[in-house]
Amino acid sequence: MTFLGAFAIFFAAIFTNNILLTNYLGMCSFISVSREIKTSVGLGAAVTFVMALTSAINWAVYHYLLVPHLVYLRFIVFIVVIAAFVQIVEMIIERVSDVLYAALGIFLPLITVNCAILGVSLFMVIRDYTFIQSFAFGLGSGLGWMLAIIAMAGIRQKINKSPIPKGLEGAGITLIIAGIMAMAFVGFSGMIAIG
Amino acid sequence: MLTELLSAVGILSAVSAVLSLLMVIADRTIANYGEVTLIVNDEKKFTFQGGRSLLSALTEQEIFIPSACGGRGSCGFCKVKVLDGAGDYLPTELPHISAEERNENIRLSCQLKVKKNMRVEIPADLFNVKQFRGVVTSIKDLTYDIKEIVIRLVDPKEISFKAGQYIQLQTPAYDLADEAVYRAYSASSPPSQKDTVELEIRRVPNGICTTWVHDYLKEGDEVLMNGPYGEFYLRETNRNIVFIAGGSGNAPIKSILMDMAEKNIKRKTVYFFGARTSKDLFLQEEMRVFEEKLADFTYIPALSDPVDEDKWEGETGLITDVIDRRLDMGEETEAYLCGSPGMIAACIKVLTAKGIPEELIYYDKFA
Ligand SMILES: Cc1cc2nc3c(=O)[nH]c(=O)nc-3n(C[C@H](O)[C@H](O)[C@H](O)COP(=O)(O)OP(=O)(O)OC[C@H]3O[C@@H](n4cnc5c(N)ncnc54)[C@H](O)[C@@H]3O)c2cc1C
Ligand code: FES
Repeated sequence: MTFLGAFAIFFAAIFTNNILLTNYLGMCSFISVSREIKTSVGLGAAVTFVMALTSAINWAVYHYLLVPHLVYLRFIVFIVVIAAFVQIVEMIIERVSDVLYAALGIFLPLITVNCAILGVSLFMVIRDYTFIQSFAFGLGSGLGWMLAIIAMAGIRQKINKSPIPKGLEGAGITLIIAGIMAMAFVGFSGMIAIG
Repeated sequence: MLTELLSAVGILSAVSAVLSLLMVIADRTIANYGEVTLIVNDEKKFTFQGGRSLLSALTEQEIFIPSACGGRGSCGFCKVKVLDGAGDYLPTELPHISAEERNENIRLSCQLKVKKNMRVEIPADLFNVKQFRGVVTSIKDLTYDIKEIVIRLVDPKEISFKAGQYIQLQTPAYDLADEAVYRAYSASSPPSQKDTVELEIRRVPNGICTTWVHDYLKEGDEVLMNGPYGEFYLRETNRNIVFIAGGSGNAPIKSILMDMAEKNIKRKTVYFFGARTSKDLFLQEEMRVFEEKLADFTYIPALSDPVDEDKWEGETGLITDVIDRRLDMGEETEAYLCGSPGMIAACIKVLTAKGIPEELIYYDKFA
């Protein structure tokens, strides 16, 4: 294992190892909310916030409480931490923007079960990141997820006016575009390797 | 082994406790909007804890806004003019708000939250809407999935409404609902009967209110409701009348028919009732009686999927096809439709094709 600066991990998480486009995690809300740029930015920001903070907290919880004997509890503990954080993010969003709150609707509480967020916490454990690295990984993955969903929203707003075969409208064409985007992101891979 | 188990439980509990504490703090700070003041028509003033919907705040002050869907944002009835204190329109409001209404700051009160001081304007006749306490005196099966509920009013003791209007029945919190919800039900009794209200309630699988009515409500139970509401009542003209209903959509039509009989209204009238099989038909005798009581009334029930044992000799087919075949009243006709949104949309098409102008088609969508 080569030593990787937190900075490298941060960039890798955004580009070369984009959690959405290389691991295909967090697809459900990615497909449903990517209709509009505005709501995508909102959800992206919320996901980023939750990912960055939960990866830091989960790191501390894991290393100080669960290691060495209780690591098998990590799934349940991580989920509990994430769930609590999402609740708080919900309150914050409801406070600052009714419009965003209503636009995100059910997808806001569903961040809890966004597998990308649990994925980040689990990757950080598997890859033995330090605290700073974990935080950078969480923040980077969040920004990467946000980048991907905003890019998708941009594309979907453009193709709105294009003739799409009936059967492919909505989720179908979105998945195909996601696949093409993922191939484009493969172009970044190899620049930095993070495991 | 035991210590490990205990420490696992201890750590899980500790993590949960810390997080709960955090949530409580967040609830007290981030989600705490403090006291807000709501001014209604520049005369009534209320103060309460901010953060709830305008609709529920008004309901608590016994100002009842029509809200047939119970605040889910699907009926679009709960419109209120907000003069001050509201932010931008929410995406959940927009489908129900026209451009003109936007200019006048008309908002959907079930979606809008009161987070700071607010000033609203409400049509004066909504102050006439009251809350009623009543006792269920009878519950009867009309079909396998429709029950007739009779409610005797206790406080106030009498209601005045127009035939065809609806009330909103309160479902208290129970297994399926963690807070009280309201749902719209049309009165099937005539307005002359002021001390009791009759409802016809069809079961919606897993529906909050209908499950409660069908499985939990008993004779002798106390219920709360508010009303009357709605624009679905007979217009005073001399035009011919077509009624079209399916299922519990019969309720307001029955009320109107009884009212017509009492007032001796002699307009030419036809009533199409759509059902699937004869199991879905009810009150057939009562409807036949109207054919004698009313001067010129025809009742046409139609089954879309009659089975052999129905031994059905009446009309068969989709209600729209039956109307197409049997309706022959010309343009001087008003239509009153009641039932599912899909049925209403389909019937409006047939009626306009028959030359009935759209502005003479009145309906209550049971959604
Ligand atoms: C003006 C008006 C008058 C009405 N009058 C009557 C009446 O006289 N008799 C009567 O039985 N009902 C009437 N309704 C319908 C009634 O208000 C409720 O919507 C219905 O009873 C379902 O309530 P619920 O709480 O059981 O279901 P909910 O818990 O609200 O809904 C459960 C699920 O069923 C769906 N759903 C809701 N309503 C229906 C429906 N009608 N058919 C199929 N699916 C549905 C919902 O979308 C939801 O997914 C009227 C509605 C309106 C707007
Ligand atoms: S109560 Fe139905 S939309 Fe508000």
